Amino acid sequence: MTSLSDRARRIAGGRRETWLVPLLVVLGLLYPWYEETLQSLPLIGDFVPSTESMVVMIALTMMAVGLNVVVGYAGLLDLGYVAFYAVGAYTAGWFASQQFDQVTFHFFSSVPNDQPGIHISMWLVLVVAGLLTLFAGILIGLPTLRLRGDYLAIVTLGFGEIVPQVVRNGDNFGGFDLTHGAFGIAPIDAVGIPALGVIGLPENFQTSPNRALWYYVVAFLLLLFTVFCSVRLRDSRLGRAWIAIREDETAAAAMGVPLMRTKTWSYAIGAFFGGVAGAYYASFRGGAFPADFYFQISVFLLCMVILGGIGSIWGVLAGGMILSYLDREGLATIGSKLQDAGIDFEPTKYNAGIYGVLIVAMMLFRPAGLIPERRHKIELEEGVHDTPFYDVTTEGTLTDRDPSDD
Amino acid sequence: MNETANSILRILRSPKVVNGIGLGFVGVIVVWLVVNFVKGPEYFANVALDGLTRGSIYGVVALGYTLVYGILQLINFAHGDVFALSGLVASTLLLSVFDISPTSSNLAVAGAIAVTLAITVPLFAIINGSIERVAYRPLRNAPRLAPLITAVGMSFIVSNVALGLYGVDYESGSDLIPQGDAFTIGEIQFTWKLVTALVIIVPTLIVLSWFVSSTRQGKAMRAVAQDTEASAMVGINVNRTISVTFFIAGSLAAVAGLVFLLEFQVRYDTGFELGLIAFTAAVLGGIGNLSGAVLGALLIGFIQSFTEGLLWYAPGGDWTRSIVFGILIAVLVFRPEGLLGERTPEGA
Repeated sequence: MTSLSDRARRIAGGRRETWLVPLLVVLGLLYPWYEETLQSLPLIGDFVPSTESMVVMIALTMMAVGLNVVVGYAGLLDLGYVAFYAVGAYTAGWFASQQFDQVTFHFFSSVPNDQPGIHISMWLVLVVAGLLTLFAGILIGLPTLRLRGDYLAIVTLGFGEIVPQVVRNGDNFGGFDLTHGAFGIAPIDAVGIPALGVIGLPENFQTSPNRALWYYVVAFLLLLFTVFCSVRLRDSRLGRAWIAIREDETAAAAMGVPLMRTKTWSYAIGAFFGGVAGAYYASFRGGAFPADFYFQISVFLLCMVILGGIGSIWGVLAGGMILSYLDREGLATIGSKLQDAGIDFEPTKYNAGIYGVLIVAMMLFRPAGLIPERRHKIELEEGVHDTPFYDVTTEGTLTDRDPSDD
Repeated sequence: MNETANSILRILRSPKVVNGIGLGFVGVIVVWLVVNFVKGPEYFANVALDGLTRGSIYGVVALGYTLVYGILQLINFAHGDVFALSGLVASTLLLSVFDISPTSSNLAVAGAIAVTLAITVPLFAIINGSIERVAYRPLRNAPRLAPLITAVGMSFIVSNVALGLYGVDYESGSDLIPQGDAFTIGEIQFTWKLVTALVIIVPTLIVLSWFVSSTRQGKAMRAVAQDTEASAMVGINVNRTISVTFFIAGSLAAVAGLVFLLEFQVRYDTGFELGLIAFTAAVLGGIGNLSGAVLGALLIGFIQSFTEGLLWYAPGGDWTRSIVFGILIAVLVFRPEGLLGERTPEGA
């Protein structure tokens, strides 16, 4: 057992290098401008993702950062995060497409004013999607968050299964077409900067010649915003309450942390980012399709959090970018390389199994993740409240009892 | 905002409201069932028998979940995929190795089914035991989230093994069973499928309940489920008992896999959804409670057949998943301990 002061010092820890963050931000933001140079490099050039893929990777990573608020900070296992993604994407569909062509309403939209349907500026839609999803998170959270651990996991899983099915079957609620059923809602309006068209900024990203570039830049800024909120939240009073709940719920309640309210906020805030990312991704894809929302997405996002390090922002960013890269391009590239080498194996077919091996291996050999969060690592190493008093597998190793005294 | 939310919550949580809403739900369902029954009693009974077939298979899978949960408090997500893989292996044995076809004599089919069971049951007991050994035992003392996450991972691995071995095609042995009815009472048809399912499943349940209630090892299982540390102190080998539990769960998965293959069709991803349904059944009955799992599974089987089969205002197959998970959520919210379970701090 380490002494208490030791432990406190390790939790407080030293600060990271301050030059690293601005460097990464600048490098990230400028990616589209040196992407082609990277791709022309020998050997690694084939593995460099296109800007187009980067947009998707960033959207998924943003969701992972949101999920990290729920799983990493508050320690609530959420297996139905895809529901929030779906709510976000469909909000974009409702407020920025021709879905409701009974009415025509435009508000700074990037499409011509005579198109039927509700067309609100996508910037506003992102906010609305976040807020609606936040509300959905509260709705789902209120009845279920009093359940602990794996019960909560299974309820979130249930919602993650129900929401996509409702979306798929939602083309006829008493004759009202809410979600356009299995076809999904398409096209969804593009993000654009209509007012500033005069100074060369595109009015509509989707039709702009630099479509991927513009979507990338905005996605990157959104991710920055998410990470910033996430860091600030972690260090706030609310964030400390989350971590207290993660470490020991009973003790946290005894110290006056309101469990329900704190947990609901983690759920709601995690949902918010999922909704924004979902809406943005829907705009990039140009539609919201029910086939996109399945359980594997929830697990995929969870894998990112676990791979990177539960609760660690740097870790989740790394885990998110690595896994979504593999999903988007990496596995296919590796597959074609294997084909060239004469090995007949398609990694894309077995992607779920590969993620399965990854998370099992991570849990067994490096449970704190690639870039562990200090406090979480200590929890894993020194145990938390639910470590058994008497360890039946390794007798004597974790108890104060000295085996030689027996 | 929080104050309002809290006061709304307080009202929602009061036992009167909770029971009222719960009874309201139950009332609507009862009325719906009664109207359907009055409109066509024979049809209703046939749909119910279909539900019995499904429910009995769900019951065997649900027992696998509830046994493991009872002893480790772990939702073994891989269980459903082990079940599907066992069905696929059984299809290889039946259709390729023993070369049984719809024209084979009934005796040959029955013999082949018996031999297949004799092979798959021990095989999947060992496979399930190995999963425990590799993925769950090293995490025995980790935070409880850790084994749950590896369980999800193992689920993906097992289903991808099935995908690698069998591809994306469905395998089915449903034409091996004689079509038509074994016997009828009035217009109620007892099909051979139902009879086959019950002939395999009922003895399995009897053997299981004998094992758990009357053998020394069964007693050890119950003891470990109640209190791991205390049973270790009185000399029960905890790790061996947990392994035995996984062996039994694997055998049950193999039995269910074969029956499912004979009734429906199996594919590499069949186990995922069926596993979730079976887990819901286990929760509905009271997780950790063996008779509860069977009861819950029968109820879910009926619910599924009723929603898909009844004629008057039935939601239809599109909504099955939502209804099953809606029930799961309602149970966890209104009665976390399940129908037969005892209230635990974890569920409350």
